[in-house]
Amino acid sequence: MTGIMQFAASGPRPLWYATRASGTIALLLLTATAVLGIAVGGRYAPQRIARFEISALHRNLSVLTLAFLGLHIVTTIADPLVPVSWWAAAVPFVSSYRAPWLGLATVASDMLLAVAVTSAVRLRLGRRRWKAVHWLAYAAWPVALVHATPGTDARLPLQLGLYTGCLAAVVTVVCWRLYRAGPGRVAARLSAALTALAVPAALGGFLFSGPTHARGGAPATPLTVRYGQSSARAPHGGSP
Amino acid sequence: MPKRHSLRVDPISCDGHGLCAELLPELIGLDEWGYPVLRATEVPGTLLDHARRAVAACPVLALRLDRASR
Ligand code: HEM
Ligand code: SF4
Repeated sequence: MTGIMQFAASGPRPLWYATRASGTIALLLLTATAVLGIAVGGRYAPQRIARFEISALHRNLSVLTLAFLGLHIVTTIADPLVPVSWWAAAVPFVSSYRAPWLGLATVASDMLLAVAVTSAVRLRLGRRRWKAVHWLAYAAWPVALVHATPGTDARLPLQLGLYTGCLAAVVTVVCWRLYRAGPGRVAARLSAALTALAVPAALGGFLFSGPTHARGGAPATPLTVRYGQSSARAPHGGSP
Repeated sequence: MPKRHSLRVDPISCDGHGLCAELLPELIGLDEWGYPVLRATEVPGTLLDHARRAVAACPVLALRLDRASR
C-alpha cells in the first residue's frame, strides 16, 4: 500500500515510467523468446500446436522483444534526468551513470542485436556461423536480468515475482533441453546444468546483499526514487 | 526463361524436426522416425512460395532449394 502511495506521489514523469514499463515488457518478451527458442532447439513436439508454429512464434516474439528494447533505450536516452548518451547505449561501460548496470545493459543489447541480425541472414550465413552467434542468446538473457534487478521497481514484490517467474521458466526449460540433448556428453551437460542453476543462486545472493548500495559510478542522485524510503531525493513531486 | 527448382534434404544435418513436412505436405512426408521423405524433388511454380517457407523454417537449415536454369 505505502509502495503504491509513494508511486503516485513520485510525480508525472512519463519518460521515466515509459523506460521502466518498456524494460519490463522487453524482459518478459525476451524470456518468452528464449523459452520458445529452447523448445525449438530441444525439438519440442506438442500434440496441439505444430512445430513450425513454435518456431514462428520464437522468431516473431524476438522482433517484438527488440521493438520494446528499442523503446526502452530511446526513452532512456531521451529522459533528461538520466544522463545516458547514444554513445553509452551502444558501447559498454563508457557511461558513468550507474556504470555497472548500464554497462551490462549495453552488453546484453549488443549481443541480442548480433543474434537478431545474423538470424535475418541465416540462410546466407549457413547453419554453423549462424548458430555460433545464436548461442550468445544464452549469455544475453541472464545479463539482461542482472541489469534489471537493481532497478527502481525491483523493490516491488510484484516485480520481484515477475523476475522469479522468468528465472524459473528459463532454468526449467534449459534443464529439459539438456536432458533432451542426451544421451552422451554427460560431463558437458551436467556442467551446463550446474551453470544454469548457479544463475538463480548468484542472483538471489546478490539481491540479498543489496544491489542498490553498490558503489562505482556517479552517485545516482536524482533517479533513485526508491519506494519505502523518504522521498527527499525524489526530483519531482515528492512530498507536496 | 523458366527456372527449375528442386528440393534437397541434407541427411547429415537433418535432425528430424519435421517442420518442413508441416509446411509442405504436398512434397514432403515423414518416415516412421520423423525424418523427411521427398515425394518429388521438383517444385512446381504453385508451390514455390511454400517451399521457400519450408526451407526458411528448418531449424538446422537441412532443407535446401536449388535453382537451375533449363
Ligand atoms: C534476439 C532474439 C532471439 C533470441 C534471444 C533467441 C534465443 C534462442 C535460444 C535461447 C535458442 C535455443 C538454442 C538451443 O538451445 O539450441 C534459440 C533457438 C533457435 N532460434 Fe532463436 N533467438 C532469437 C531470434 C531468432 C530469430 C530472429 C530466428 C529466425 C531465424 C531464430 C531462430 C532460431 C532457431 C531456428 C532455433 C533452433 C536452433 C537449433 O535447433 O539448432 N531465433 N533461439
Ligand atoms: S525441418 Fe529440417 S531438420 Fe526437420 S525434418 Fe525437415 S529438413 Fe529435417
